[in-house]
Amino acid sequence: MIAWIAGFAVLLVKIGLVLGVLLFLAAYLVWAERKLLGRLQIRYGPNRAGIFGLLQPIADAIKMMTKEDIVPEAADRTIFLLAPAVVAVTAMLMAAVVPFGPTITLWGRQVPMVVTDLNVGLLFVFAMSSLGVYGVALGGWASNSKFALLGGIRGAAQMISYELALGLSIVPVVMLAGSLSLVDIVDAQASYPFILVQPVAFVIFVVSAMAESKRIPFDLPEAENELGAGYHTEYSGMRFGMFFIGEYVHMQVLGALIAVFFLGGWRGPLLPGPLWLLIKIIVVALVMIWVRGTLPRLRYDQLMALGWKVLIPAALANIVITGAVVLL
Amino acid sequence: MNLYSALFYLLSLVILASTALAITRRNLVHAVVYLVLSFFGSALLFYLLGAPLLAALEVIIYAGAIMILFLFIVMMLNVERLEERFFPARQWVPAAVLGLLLAVVGLLAVSTQPGGDRLLKTAVAAPSAFGSYVFQRHWLSVEIVSLLLLIALAGVLFLGRDNDKGVSEEDR
Repeated sequence: MIAWIAGFAVLLVKIGLVLGVLLFLAAYLVWAERKLLGRLQIRYGPNRAGIFGLLQPIADAIKMMTKEDIVPEAADRTIFLLAPAVVAVTAMLMAAVVPFGPTITLWGRQVPMVVTDLNVGLLFVFAMSSLGVYGVALGGWASNSKFALLGGIRGAAQMISYELALGLSIVPVVMLAGSLSLVDIVDAQASYPFILVQPVAFVIFVVSAMAESKRIPFDLPEAENELGAGYHTEYSGMRFGMFFIGEYVHMQVLGALIAVFFLGGWRGPLLPGPLWLLIKIIVVALVMIWVRGTLPRLRYDQLMALGWKVLIPAALANIVITGAVVLL
Repeated sequence: MNLYSALFYLLSLVILASTALAITRRNLVHAVVYLVLSFFGSALLFYLLGAPLLAALEVIIYAGAIMILFLFIVMMLNVERLEERFFPARQWVPAAVLGLLLAVVGLLAVSTQPGGDRLLKTAVAAPSAFGSYVFQRHWLSVEIVSLLLLIALAGVLFLGRDNDKGVSEEDR
């Protein structure tokens, strides 16, 4: 019984740690994005709250929470209220299977540095990612507004299209690692990271991951100049904030997945494991912000053509080639 | 009754209730949401019975892909409410008879309890064990099912192609 309670306490600490880091980093990624975009567009970015605008996330959080939470008269109330939570929760749940360090021994007991090591961890990530689509689609539908509905439909179509490329691009990694568990995939990269042997899969995964997180150049669901703000046009206050948190947590989780599948996860010289994972996540997130400051938005037919006619065939060819090489 | 059987009955209750709600809602989006809940319950049931791979696939394929397409169609067609109507007798009578038959067979099966005295053990089928079982013992059925999907794919391609002739290439 005491062992069970101790195990439960360790689990709670790990969950608290992961969620704390995710949410703290989400707040400061918003700051980093605004600051970096400002510099890329030759302006200052936030610089009023604290030095370098460092207190901006705190000011934003207070603003979000004290604003009125408006539900439109004609909206489908229950679904409207639930949709932002679906986006935020599925993004956070994905982080549960990401390993952030080697197994440590605590008072003579093995403690794996991951919230839960599912043997179908990779499929769990994809399941959560496909459930996240409901938040976007239902949020858009329940608002009962043309802009939001169009944004929701676009989001659903885009996310199911790119999920296929995302899933197929990871199959070679699973073939090389021989497991669907994220812990085993990181362990399989002990001698070299998979980006060296799977550069094509890496490119496909990064592009699809960016489409999956609905960021420029793939931000058609919320294209500001056509749809207002797309699926979250009607949201205000903290519910809008939850869509935002979901997006930035999603960015970090995708960064963590890119690190786990291709960059060796928490492995790296000199520095401790969790720090390496954090560095890799931040680098991926900064590159995503950089891309946002550089590229224009794709047209809708270009988006679908890229997904279905370029990424999916390339991913399938990559699977066949990898299979042949592994067999030889 | 141990913890697992309590969880089993709780999950079954959730699945039955959400499925019943799904087939009685007039608002199609609500029906889709309840059906997703039901699939989610079935996935947890698979997990409880020691098949995490099936649980993940249930969520990815049924809840994550098929129901999204349903929702997509509902949103595109914008049919928010169906008018109240009664189906003609020749449509619902066969369904009712078959349903009754199924209920009787089910009740008989439950009352005679084939293997009902066996206790459920917690076992976990690893994905690789499951994969080699399916592809070594049942490879023929797997291939037949995949052929069926290929036929559906070819059919969709054929139907889509026929309609596309009139569209000019200039707006690409």
